[in-house]
Amino acid sequence: MSASPDFSRNFTDPRALKSFILSTITVGCAILACIPLFSVLAMLILRGGRRFSLELFTSLPPTAFDSGGGFGNAIVGTVVMVGIASLIAVPFGIIGAIYLAEFGPHTRIATVARFCAKTMTGIPSILAGVFAYSVVVMVTGTYSAVAGGIALSLLMLPTVMLTAEEAIQMVPAIMREAAVGMGCTPTQAMWKVVLPKAMPGIITGVMLAIARAAGETAPLLFTALFSDYWMFQGGAGDLMEPTASLAVLIYNFSGMPFENQIQLAWAASLVLVLMVFTLNILSRLIGQRKK
Amino acid sequence: MAARKTDQAQPGSTSACRPPTTLDTLVDRTFRGLTLCFAWLTLLLIIYIFWRIGGTAIPAMHKFGISFLTSTDWDPGQGRFGILPEIWGTLYSSLLALFGGGIFGVAIAVFLTQDFLPHNVTVVLKSIIELLAAIPSVVYGLWGIFVLIPLIRPLADWLHLHLGWLPFFSTSLSGPGLFPAALVLSIMILPTVAAISQDALAAIPAKIREAAFGMGATRWESILRVFLPTASGGIFGALVLGFGRALGETMALAMLVGNSNQLTLSLFSPANTLAALLALNFPEASDYEVRVLMYAAVVLLVITFLVNVAGQLIITATLRTGGSK
Repeated sequence: MSASPDFSRNFTDPRALKSFILSTITVGCAILACIPLFSVLAMLILRGGRRFSLELFTSLPPTAFDSGGGFGNAIVGTVVMVGIASLIAVPFGIIGAIYLAEFGPHTRIATVARFCAKTMTGIPSILAGVFAYSVVVMVTGTYSAVAGGIALSLLMLPTVMLTAEEAIQMVPAIMREAAVGMGCTPTQAMWKVVLPKAMPGIITGVMLAIARAAGETAPLLFTALFSDYWMFQGGAGDLMEPTASLAVLIYNFSGMPFENQIQLAWAASLVLVLMVFTLNILSRLIGQRKK
Repeated sequence: MAARKTDQAQPGSTSACRPPTTLDTLVDRTFRGLTLCFAWLTLLLIIYIFWRIGGTAIPAMHKFGISFLTSTDWDPGQGRFGILPEIWGTLYSSLLALFGGGIFGVAIAVFLTQDFLPHNVTVVLKSIIELLAAIPSVVYGLWGIFVLIPLIRPLADWLHLHLGWLPFFSTSLSGPGLFPAALVLSIMILPTVAAISQDALAAIPAKIREAAFGMGATRWESILRVFLPTASGGIFGALVLGFGRALGETMALAMLVGNSNQLTLSLFSPANTLAALLALNFPEASDYEVRVLMYAAVVLLVITFLVNVAGQLIITATLRTGGSK
């Protein structure tokens, strides 16, 4: 009978020791990297939760020495601007993705467009604001929700397009072959078979893009600016007026020397992070159900 | 509908199949043309962004020329503008962030892909790292001002007191500064670096793993000498893209970097970056100053565009060669 090999770990062996030390360091790195997330969440709950009340959602931002107040108008503004951005980016992204994934995946223009979309994901968000400023604000002569929405749509577009392309590609080839074999035109196969099947993946991408856009501040700073009043007091024309948003409110209030405003900034951060995380987790659940 | 009725009457015939009508073909042509248009639009959009930002900046480019990049003044009253400190601050803070975020990001990628943990725990940890990326940067800025800066002040004071002769610690931390800004930046680019490095590490063929372990290498010998070199292309691409993100990050820096127009090596002194300069000066800029800021935007656009294109090319190239091996 031959002796069975010795599988036990011997820490006096320098090789095993080195491996052990490096593993410990890696575990340490992973734990350290999680600390900021938990610290941010804890502070949001501690400092933002303290101010959490219905008043936040129903009142306007306070002036310098006021107490109380809320940011109802900023929530409306964020929702409106993200809505405008989605109206532009979602159809654009999905129709573009259909070409990239289905009708011309290997054409030169598809390669170029895909590359452009990937590069766009890396364009600094502030430059989306600069672009919207020069295209909308300088032309119309006013800061507006439309300008903010256009800036945000630039940031949503590549995410929507690239995830939709991936989702469409994941649909098994057999399904579209069956559809075309039954006499569907490629367009009919797309709308009746491929898109419904790819929908969970596409929705995941759209929600991730919305979550990202909702938290963006830089593109709104000088396109939507800010407003201390409710939107739509003067009807739909308010879309061309300066508009409040949660993110810009946090930025403005964080630099003020008043305790009330700083508390509101924390509360607004809590609301914003709750919105963003809800979207993220929902998109994850939808994405998982797909598999 | 009519076709379906006849199917039921005659089972075994050609079921729901029928050739497309002329209208179907027409709709198909139109829709395909439409999708092609949108693919073109993506390219045109990029060109339009460049043309628009560049076009608005042209007057300032003519006026200030290259000295805009090498001068250190920013004085709208005197009409003197230069962005050398901002270029330096952008590169310096991003390099610092790349150092921190890179080490941690790659370590986490290794941790998550090399079977250190049971599958369930890996999934949870992966989600936590991804949620780090989901927190809006303005919230990081707020956290930096009220949590991070007070927290690191004792450390900064100690370093300045004992190692003040090093240029990196030559000033004391008065509040906002490069160090807290770079720290928050590294947290923000960590998820990017970790995610792309994970893809690169996961793409290593199982054969290579088995060969390394089969030769009796310990876990870390295989990681350091086999897996990391194999995935080095993808990891390098991840670092370049992380660097690109750090260069363009705006809000956390606008809130934490201190907005001071100076060239400095010290980690604790306030500085400025291109993105923060735009964020802070744009809202109240005069028409003339806006055009000058557009010039700065062009500089930022060109730098980030080049870094991003380089990162994408590296990743595409390594994925291609990785697949053919």
